[in-house]
Amino acid sequence: MKLTPKAEEILEALWIATEEEGENSAHLSTLGVGPEDEGLAELSRLAYVETRGERVYLRPEGRPEAQMTVRRHRLSERLMMDILDLKGASGNARACELEHLLHHGVDTKICTLLNHPTTCPHGKPIPPGECCRKARAAGSVGVVALTELKAGQQGEIAYLATSDPQKMQKLMSMGVLPGNNLSLGRTFPSFIFKVGNSEFAVDEDLAREIFIRKG
Amino acid sequence: MSAESPLPRIALVGNPNVGKSVLFNALTGAYSTVSNYPGTSVEVSRGHCEIDGVRYEVLDTPGMYSMLPITEEERVAREILLHEESRVVLHVVDARNLERMLPMTLQLVEAGLPVILVVNILDEAERLGMTIDIPLLQEKLGLPVIGAAMARKRGLKEVREAIAGYEPRRAVFGYDSDLERDIARVASLLHGEYRLHSRAIALLLLQRDEEICSLVALTEGEHSVHVEKAVNEIVFERRTDLHLRISLERRRVCKGVLEGVVTQREGREKTFAERLSDLTMNPWTGIPILLLILYLGLYQFVGVFGAGTVVDFLEGTIFEEGINPWLVEAADRHLRWYWLHELLVGEYGIFTLAMRYAIALILPIVGTFFLAFSVIEDTGYFPRLALMVDRIFKRIGLNGRAVIPIVLGFGCDTMATMVTRTLETIRERIIATVLLALAIPCSAQLGVILGLLSGEAGTLIVWTFCIAGIFLLVGFLAAQVVPGERPMFYMEIPPLRMPQPRNVLVKTYTRMQMYFLEILPLFIIASVVLWAGKMTGLLQGLVDLLTPVMRMLGLPEEASAAFIFGFFRRDFGAAGLYDLHTGGLLSPVQLAVAAVTLTLFVPCVAQFLMMKKERGWKVSLAIFAFVTILAFTTGVTLNFVLNATGILG
Repeated sequence: MKLTPKAEEILEALWIATEEEGENSAHLSTLGVGPEDEGLAELSRLAYVETRGERVYLRPEGRPEAQMTVRRHRLSERLMMDILDLKGASGNARACELEHLLHHGVDTKICTLLNHPTTCPHGKPIPPGECCRKARAAGSVGVVALTELKAGQQGEIAYLATSDPQKMQKLMSMGVLPGNNLSLGRTFPSFIFKVGNSEFAVDEDLAREIFIRKG
Repeated sequence: MSAESPLPRIALVGNPNVGKSVLFNALTGAYSTVSNYPGTSVEVSRGHCEIDGVRYEVLDTPGMYSMLPITEEERVAREILLHEESRVVLHVVDARNLERMLPMTLQLVEAGLPVILVVNILDEAERLGMTIDIPLLQEKLGLPVIGAAMARKRGLKEVREAIAGYEPRRAVFGYDSDLERDIARVASLLHGEYRLHSRAIALLLLQRDEEICSLVALTEGEHSVHVEKAVNEIVFERRTDLHLRISLERRRVCKGVLEGVVTQREGREKTFAERLSDLTMNPWTGIPILLLILYLGLYQFVGVFGAGTVVDFLEGTIFEEGINPWLVEAADRHLRWYWLHELLVGEYGIFTLAMRYAIALILPIVGTFFLAFSVIEDTGYFPRLALMVDRIFKRIGLNGRAVIPIVLGFGCDTMATMVTRTLETIRERIIATVLLALAIPCSAQLGVILGLLSGEAGTLIVWTFCIAGIFLLVGFLAAQVVPGERPMFYMEIPPLRMPQPRNVLVKTYTRMQMYFLEILPLFIIASVVLWAGKMTGLLQGLVDLLTPVMRMLGLPEEASAAFIFGFFRRDFGAAGLYDLHTGGLLSPVQLAVAAVTLTLFVPCVAQFLMMKKERGWKVSLAIFAFVTILAFTTGVTLNFVLNATGILG
């Protein structure tokens, strides 16, 4: 049974309010709907939610569906950002349209393509799906930190995970940019790698923050 | 030529290690330092040149990676672009890394600066199998582009012609439409006058550049609220790192520009320099190479040749037999006042002590050291050394970059203390200053101590272990105690190069000149203070005051004079020990204790004054007290341990 986009949006907002912001329910105005809303009626019919006065409660029956809806939304955000290179307002708008199409295993495919990301571009957690659990159990890796690479290996820089904007800026201005090819020369005493025709040395802390798509 | 004259200005900008300074020297023929160590040229060199009868002022800016500065050097470089009007800005890039460096060209053009692009090091790029279509690049960029190999003077004529014939034109690069919209929105709100184009200011604002933010706040006055609001809204709307976005956009534009411009021949052999470079970075081969460099460069060249042969000649032949007897005789004849006689040519006289000491003793040692240091620096070896020691240095609260001041300290601690300002965090600067003051003997002191202890192999071993142990221990403790952020290490490794004799000489000359201007006055002050101490009897008082300390150390009373002098001339103290030793007054235990204590004990007066200048009174006095207490505590403990165990007995 597939929900309408409108219902999915409500479920998503409800999940964020109750699971992530610690409320026990959400006010109708938070969800941006009136009491007579069609989406809300649809969810009530399925016994996913319960409306008491001005407040909407997420019922246990609705939790799995709500979780997956949030997951699909954040996966599509990641897809826009990492793969399609769509950012900012346009990226967000596309992500909102796309999320409603990620059913019937499409979400699993995209999750695998993105190498089972754990956070969305805004830093919110992406609830793990079945595919994430399987990949974790099998110990498979696609994108790894530079520290996981062996000397002599190479790959494409996937992203920089440093939280310090200065470090990020420094690395980027030196040419350590996502999309560039990197080949690791040594791992001891420091991490020595080449990007283009330039050679760099970084310590282990910094190497841990550079993520590589193995090639 | 007066400084205020409004000569048209040429500014050289670019990453470190792209040959800016070589181009600067080629243009001006003036002195400037050429460095192979990323970011050592903190100071800006100025010179003049004449092209087609027009005189220009030429500025060599410190290396910068982008218009968004992080380090002090980059800030200085941008300051120049931001506040000084330039007729032409020469952006020098390394042909081998054109793709990486071109984004800064975009930024310069964006800022509305009159850019000429100099694609340098073309010869090495060609050796790597790269071909660069310069005319096509010029056409695509819409600004003058010159291919060059400045080390071989290739392209110099073209650069001069391009400067003479420069006509301002505006190249435009477009980003993605959404980014353009945001830039336009911010730029339209800027009404003030800026040296940089409003588009560049808008981009820097969006990347939250603090300096630009405050500049805009100042220029726009009350209007700046609107600017700030717009920037905040855009940053919030995007919720992603704009800096990454802009960097990726610039790379996309550069990729487009370089399409068809750069062709790379596949499959080439590693060059000899590359193979040697690999060896220097592998600990198994790198450490023997390091030891070899230390042995040849430091021990043989500086120690045996500089401190031995040259000092013997200058001090023994020129001063002791030539200048000094003549001066003393002249003073005896013409100076009636005892105090003036003493001040000029007495035991601590300005001529007999300060000048002789600075010129005949220190200059040869420091000069040969700087020469060796410059040769090693220009080969590009230091970044390799830095990455080798990074792990150990992390333990003592520093990072690999700190090898430069520490190695320099073995030449002259005073200059090394000054160089600590190139370290990134204040924490690292303080730790490096402490270690330099405590456990790094300068070349002058090292020479005397090694000479003193070489007769007693046991004492030399005890001394080496004590000093190395204290260096690591104090560094380790300092790392725990001194507050501040953990250092991180990242460094570009320039290719190994054959040093160019001219650059090495120019650099050695500049360093020695700086050494003379900064340090000679301090020697003169020191000799005046010693003289005053002697005249007033204060010196003797201090010597008496130290006598009980000497007893605790198990040393003869005569040794206290050596410690007092040690502060004024670091090696003079050691030389004082030398007299005691040859007089048969010291046992091996006493010798070891005295040498260790004296090495650790206070830096010389010049170093202390430099510490005060760089770190301020509070920190430098604290370091002074700490070093003094630690030196004597170590001495007392060592004396006790050696006597109890009978190791040197």
